[in-house]
Amino acid sequence: MKNIKNILREIARYPSAIFGAAIIFLLIALAIFAVTKIPYEEAIRLWRAGEETVYRNPKNVPPQWFNFFTKKDLPISFAVVAGEDEEFSKVVTQGETGSTIEYQYSFDFQYDDYPQELFLYIQADYQIKNPFISVVLETPDGEQIKVTDFGTAKKQTYRFSQDDKLITRLRRIHGRDIQVMQGLFSVPKSEPLQINKGVYTLKILASTFEKDSDVRIEFVSHGLVFGLFGTDHLRRDLTTAILWGAPIALFFGLVAAAGTSILSMLIAAIGAWFGGWLDELIQRITEVNLVLPFLSILIMVGTFYSRSIWVILGVTIVLSIFTGAIKTDRAIFLQVKESTYIEAAQAYGASNPRIIVKYLVPRIIPLLIPGLVSAVPSYVFLEASLALLGLGDPTLPTWGKVINDAYANGALYRGQFYWILEPAILLMITGLGFAMFGFALDRIFNPKLRGM
Amino acid sequence: MNADVNTNLTIQSPSENILELQNLKVYFALKKFGFQHAGYVHAVDGVDLNLKSGQTIAIVGESGSGKTSLMRTVLHLNIPTEGTVTFDGQIVNNLKSEQLKSYRHRVGYVQQDPYGAMPPFMNVQTILEEPLKINGIKDKEERYRRVTQVLEEVKMTPAEEFMPKFPHQLSGGQQQRVVIARAMILEPVLLVADEPVSMLDASVRVEILKLLRGLQQKHNLAVIYITHDLATVRYFSEYIYVMYAGQIVEKARESDLINKTAHPYTHALLAATSDPDPKNVDEFQDVPPGEPPSLVNPPSGCRFHPRCPRRIAGLCEVKTPPEFNLGNDHLVACWLFKE
Amino acid sequence: MADEKVIRIEDLKLYFTTTRGTVQAVDGVNFDLKPNKAVVVVGESGCGKTSLAKAVLRLLPRNVSEYSGKVWLRDIETMELSDEEYRKKIRWLRMSMVPQAAMNSLNPVLRVGDQVAEPMLVHYGVNKVDAMEQAAKMFQNVGVPVDFLSRYPFELSGGMRQRVAIAMALVTGPDLVILDEPTSALDVLTQANIFNLLKRIKSELETSFILITHDISTSSELADIVAVMYAGQIVEVSESHRFFSNPRHPYSAKLMASVPRLRHNAEPDFIIGSPPSLINPPSGCRFAERCPRRFEKCANEPPKYRFGEDWVKCWLYEGEGEPE
Repeated sequence: MKNIKNILREIARYPSAIFGAAIIFLLIALAIFAVTKIPYEEAIRLWRAGEETVYRNPKNVPPQWFNFFTKKDLPISFAVVAGEDEEFSKVVTQGETGSTIEYQYSFDFQYDDYPQELFLYIQADYQIKNPFISVVLETPDGEQIKVTDFGTAKKQTYRFSQDDKLITRLRRIHGRDIQVMQGLFSVPKSEPLQINKGVYTLKILASTFEKDSDVRIEFVSHGLVFGLFGTDHLRRDLTTAILWGAPIALFFGLVAAAGTSILSMLIAAIGAWFGGWLDELIQRITEVNLVLPFLSILIMVGTFYSRSIWVILGVTIVLSIFTGAIKTDRAIFLQVKESTYIEAAQAYGASNPRIIVKYLVPRIIPLLIPGLVSAVPSYVFLEASLALLGLGDPTLPTWGKVINDAYANGALYRGQFYWILEPAILLMITGLGFAMFGFALDRIFNPKLRGM
Repeated sequence: MNADVNTNLTIQSPSENILELQNLKVYFALKKFGFQHAGYVHAVDGVDLNLKSGQTIAIVGESGSGKTSLMRTVLHLNIPTEGTVTFDGQIVNNLKSEQLKSYRHRVGYVQQDPYGAMPPFMNVQTILEEPLKINGIKDKEERYRRVTQVLEEVKMTPAEEFMPKFPHQLSGGQQQRVVIARAMILEPVLLVADEPVSMLDASVRVEILKLLRGLQQKHNLAVIYITHDLATVRYFSEYIYVMYAGQIVEKARESDLINKTAHPYTHALLAATSDPDPKNVDEFQDVPPGEPPSLVNPPSGCRFHPRCPRRIAGLCEVKTPPEFNLGNDHLVACWLFKE
Repeated sequence: MADEKVIRIEDLKLYFTTTRGTVQAVDGVNFDLKPNKAVVVVGESGCGKTSLAKAVLRLLPRNVSEYSGKVWLRDIETMELSDEEYRKKIRWLRMSMVPQAAMNSLNPVLRVGDQVAEPMLVHYGVNKVDAMEQAAKMFQNVGVPVDFLSRYPFELSGGMRQRVAIAMALVTGPDLVILDEPTSALDVLTQANIFNLLKRIKSELETSFILITHDISTSSELADIVAVMYAGQIVEVSESHRFFSNPRHPYSAKLMASVPRLRHNAEPDFIIGSPPSLINPPSGCRFAERCPRRFEKCANEPPKYRFGEDWVKCWLYEGEGEPE
């Protein structure tokens, strides 16, 4: 125990160690947050991008804080449900044979660009007679633009931009052909088109013809920015992938690094201790394995067998055990094997397994730990690289997968930098954190490097 | 002595010798490239040795004399190539597991390098408990009791203060005490001490030697004390074997070896061992030229002949001398004493 | 006056910083040495004697916190020289060293002849041929067969390697050679051989030696003067005949008493306790805690009392020697 306290004190002496440790700590916190806030099944569901999950999200928009960096203030996306969100009021006037429901939603439009699309998602409750809805948008100047009216079905989606009648009406207001979004939010007959900034009010009147009839309305705006991390081509909120990328990267990195290091060490110890044909065999296997093309084999496995992350993780570990680490560990074990205390242990009757585990292995742990920590980034990047090459697990929201999607959909070409930068920066920070911490650990455990 | 340990070793013939080496030969094969072998290292080449219960003997020799291999064979870390090792009446050349365990139980080993002899990552208590755990002492309290007891025997008190310490936190003398404690904890009857004080400071050496002597007297231990420092041998051994190039060249009681030195090599060793005397600065020491021979191809005849200032031409390089008895258990393998 | 001595060390201090505090390894060391003489610095492990060797030769580690004092090599005060000047003019030209376990400090991938010749090439700028000639002469001097010049260190035995290390220290004909435990890892006969060699070199080549060791017995083979080091300080400097028969300082007496002797029948003694840590050395006389003859005055740092060329740092000699 005292040993650990000493080690922690040593760690505190190196700024790079503290910095690296802070990053790792943050990543772990992020991972825990991700797993608790969005449980696994939920994450998979979100990532599958079913319509009911993503209907509120616009396609391919950057995150909301992007507005800090642009001169133009881009319209945010929002979704409000009448009666549930307080700004969207719902007043029901109940009658004998039905009811009249007035819906009203005001919003302050101060942006410098138009939203992508506006939607009304309507769910009506009725037996035979369907309710009737009429929608009006009041502009800041007081103009009432009639949007639409229709008898609604049990489930209906009204998409503003696709309403021909609305298009015609707006053409008349503006005196020329104009798109719906621009038409709704511009100063009439302005040349060039000027945005009409101010408070807009959406007024909806629903008439129901049955006593227990009810209409639920959701007003959705697909702005030009969304959420914390933006959206991708399938309108998935990237928050899912950014958050969940952390636990997956950490899991893969740590399990692969730890599994490989520990197994390598044990095999090296056994080979070094017993010597003879066993040692020779292990060395030859290692040498052959070093020549095998690692990535190519992984690609083959991914293409022909399975892309499940467990399979990839397993194959990675198996191929990584018999590598350079075995040779260096063995060299150290061969040296330690000659120590006097090992001879003493044999003299008081220690068995071979006991000597290997209790007397040899502890000598290499100071080397193992920094090596392990420093190896984590390589495995994290490996997983990301495989995903980038299209071999990642397609159902898992990982950072690599996001980059893969971005690349496949020409993100850089289209200027959607956020899509690539968010996962890339997180990958780099992960690598940086573990590398700095690992390097500092190396200096602590191996004092000879302290001068550097 | 634990009764459960003795059942595997049956005493075949009663003898007062706790250890007997008869014509012991230990050869190591030299392998080239793992396949062909290029000769043998004749590390121990025909050694006879008797050790009585409770007796202390010394084996004196330089590096390359084979004393280390001899010691390792007694500890069953090497298997003899020829000859027998008899312990308490039983031949122990080729022991297997159970019997080997009881043998190891009864032979303790004190090593030269006190720091290297201890795993640096274990504290004193763990180090001392290891032999107990390996030999089946499962009861934690029993182990604690025995560790405390043995620490008190080597005068590391209060024991509780030393138990959580790690080797690097102890001084050289303290480290060696722990090594001795570890050798004693299984209550052996024979102790093999390999240069136990040569890596310690001068002022501490005597302390440790006295400790060993005290333990030997208290437990009536048989001790084999291996060293190249003749000055310390006087305080700790009754009978001395001088070893050169894998063979015993002279054996005698301590006073005879010092005062009636026979073999020229022993003479050289004695002459080269300085006492702090200011006259030394003006005198050159008489040292035989050359170096100890290779054990792969040792010289023919008497192995010391190439360096011996008194060699007899035509005899010493041709025939190996037998042991000549000079009386009072003093034997020397040298043609000069052919009677 | 300064020319009479080959080396004069005055108040030499070397402290290092470590994670556990400042180690005052060499804490005000004084002694001097006449030409063609050998002084043996005797002390146990942890007394700072290896640090002393490094301090005299300015082979400093990175974590030095204090390095002060004066070291006169004949008439040059070496501490005043810059590092570069020191390297060019003093180190391995006029003062050299045979480090502890020297046989392990030979470069395993260079031939021994090249290693011994190297100081000649660096300091005298001679060509390779002349340097090798000098190396061959050195090999003869130390008793290594000349055809070993082309061998690698692993081909030589421990004793031979030690001789090569000595040759390397002597090749430039320095005024002073510092030897740090030159024979501690060697066998008795080889040890005797090396000391014979050193004795011969002392008289033939007119080199002075500072021999650092913990082995009192072998030190008597070479010592003209004995300096005893304890806890970073020199506590006694005595001419060897005096020292080995009747040392002054209680520590020296205890050391002499603790040596097992071959030719006398005395039960050897030992010193209880252990030397103090160099990190926070005790105030007053540092040996007081373990001294059988301590008294009240020992709580203060004892001054030096001179007896001709000898001196001792101990309150017991108040009133006898000349105080400094």
